[in-house]
Amino acid sequence: MQGKDLLGLEDMSRAAIEEILDTAGPMREIMHRGIKKVPALRGRTVVTLFYEASTRTRVSFELAAKYLSCDTVGVAAAASSVTKGESLKDTARTLAAMQPDIIVLRHPRPGAAALLAREVPAGVVNAGDGAHEHPTQALLDLFTVREAKGRIEGLKVAIIGDIAHSRVARSDIWGFSRLGARVFLAGPATLMPEAVEETGARVVPLGEALYDADVVIMLRLQLERQQQGLLPDLREYAAMFGLNRERLAMARPDALVMHPGPMNRGLEITPEVADGPRSLVERQVENGVAVRMAVLYLMAGGGAKTHDALD
Amino acid sequence: MTLLIEGGRIVDTVGQVLRRGDVLVKDGRIAAVGKVDAGDDVRVLPAEGLLVAPGLIDLHTHLREPGFEAKETILTGTRAAIKGGFTCVLAMPNTRPAIDSGAVAAYVARAASDWARVIPVGAVTRGREGRELSPMGELKEAGVLAVSDDGRSVAAAGLMRNAMRYARMLDLLVISHCEDETLSAGGAMNEGYTATRLGLPGIPAAAEEVMVARDIILAGETGCRLHIAHVSTAGSVGPVDNTLNTPLVKLKNRFGPGLPTRVAKLPALVAPAPLNSVKVCPAVKVPFVTMLKTPS
Repeated sequence: MQGKDLLGLEDMSRAAIEEILDTAGPMREIMHRGIKKVPALRGRTVVTLFYEASTRTRVSFELAAKYLSCDTVGVAAAASSVTKGESLKDTARTLAAMQPDIIVLRHPRPGAAALLAREVPAGVVNAGDGAHEHPTQALLDLFTVREAKGRIEGLKVAIIGDIAHSRVARSDIWGFSRLGARVFLAGPATLMPEAVEETGARVVPLGEALYDADVVIMLRLQLERQQQGLLPDLREYAAMFGLNRERLAMARPDALVMHPGPMNRGLEITPEVADGPRSLVERQVENGVAVRMAVLYLMAGGGAKTHDALD
Repeated sequence: MTLLIEGGRIVDTVGQVLRRGDVLVKDGRIAAVGKVDAGDDVRVLPAEGLLVAPGLIDLHTHLREPGFEAKETILTGTRAAIKGGFTCVLAMPNTRPAIDSGAVAAYVARAASDWARVIPVGAVTRGREGRELSPMGELKEAGVLAVSDDGRSVAAAGLMRNAMRYARMLDLLVISHCEDETLSAGGAMNEGYTATRLGLPGIPAAAEEVMVARDIILAGETGCRLHIAHVSTAGSVGPVDNTLNTPLVKLKNRFGPGLPTRVAKLPALVAPAPLNSVKVCPAVKVPFVTMLKTPS
């Protein structure tokens, strides 16, 4: 990996991404052992600092750390008390004084992880900063697709839904593009951010995005988008953009269906598709732990070459 | 005491804009301009390579006093003004309490330091809250020459129209901060690729432009003098320029001579480059800057 932090995939090289994916494979094997613990990061400390509600990402990071014998401390900050940069700075300095090796941060403001990274000597992992990036989610998506398809290069990836507010979409766009996939975006015009095609992804009607797709990534729709006047109606959203069996039939027969969770069943995805044979939703969760183990290991461990400690 | 400002480039508001020469000051008044032979008992201020100008007037400053002294005070703001050649500043009413009463306006005018003259700008509405008109007559008595809810628009068109009718009665200038908050809501920077890439909520140019258009229409209709502050989009400039030739304005010429509209170009345009280091609200729009550089 480059630098002390993992803040996003926008500036991450293909080689650095592949190093993490390559390391995640052996990590997942550890998860399936009878005693799923290796001493790789014994004596290291990881602090998870979450300013937003989260179940899977937080548990995923904490288990990843524990499987590697890290000591972990979880800090849940009330979202209301800290939204300004100054306060986060103070929190950062306080935490830094306690000498953690890695701080995992989830924060509602874009750029929060970058700010933290500037303030502390510890490595910072961005676990989601507003609508900016969620790099470990994209890494686990890449890992999951690469494992299922054997490659990323040349695949057609459709990302459907609320692109404007989605950090997962942004990180996925960077990650899949960097590894050679073609990324297509579809969703309501009010949830499609300005000039997003400058990323290299293409904005197309839903049918065009799904047609012959190898991977379909459905995004979670936040229910408050209706109150914000961005959508007339959730029913209409489900009817126009929800992934059902008929729509999925437009994609390649072996297309993969993914969702970062938590899912709104019956809204962006029908239960039939969510639980269907093409769905990799649970696999994504499992791989999330492995990918995060890889990230923590590469950041706090001895680097990719010393795999001995994993045995 | 006599002072000779020698060899500067003189900015003269009546004659040539720029010429080289001396300025002789006697007892606090300009005694001679041009090539001056001042004699011996004179303090000479060499001004070679410098601009010599009348004290400049800044129509838009925030002295933040009373209420936000941690940001700025009348003393620090006026000292900065003098440093930059401004001898008179208009102080915006973004204070706590807002400059929405004669008492607060008088306080600001009275607290003015020896450094620069301070003319308070009154609020258009009480508390700058956009609900009720401020007592503009009382404000004028206390020294206010212009009213503004700077920092936000008067969202309700009906109230803004009444404010302009009332301000016109008192011959007060209305300074408009043009921003439709339903369009800019929550925005942190200009809408566009950078905002998309960073995941920051964007502000469309239309947030400014719809308000510019609205206020120009209202000014034309009421005959109120209007100053549109910190224009930052190319789309705003068109309506402003066109106003001078619109049938609407010609129709309203009965309100007397003088054009009802003035436009202030964004102060940040003279701020140091690079532009992306300039944090101002509204944010600088690059195409707009380009347009200013290439006059059509």
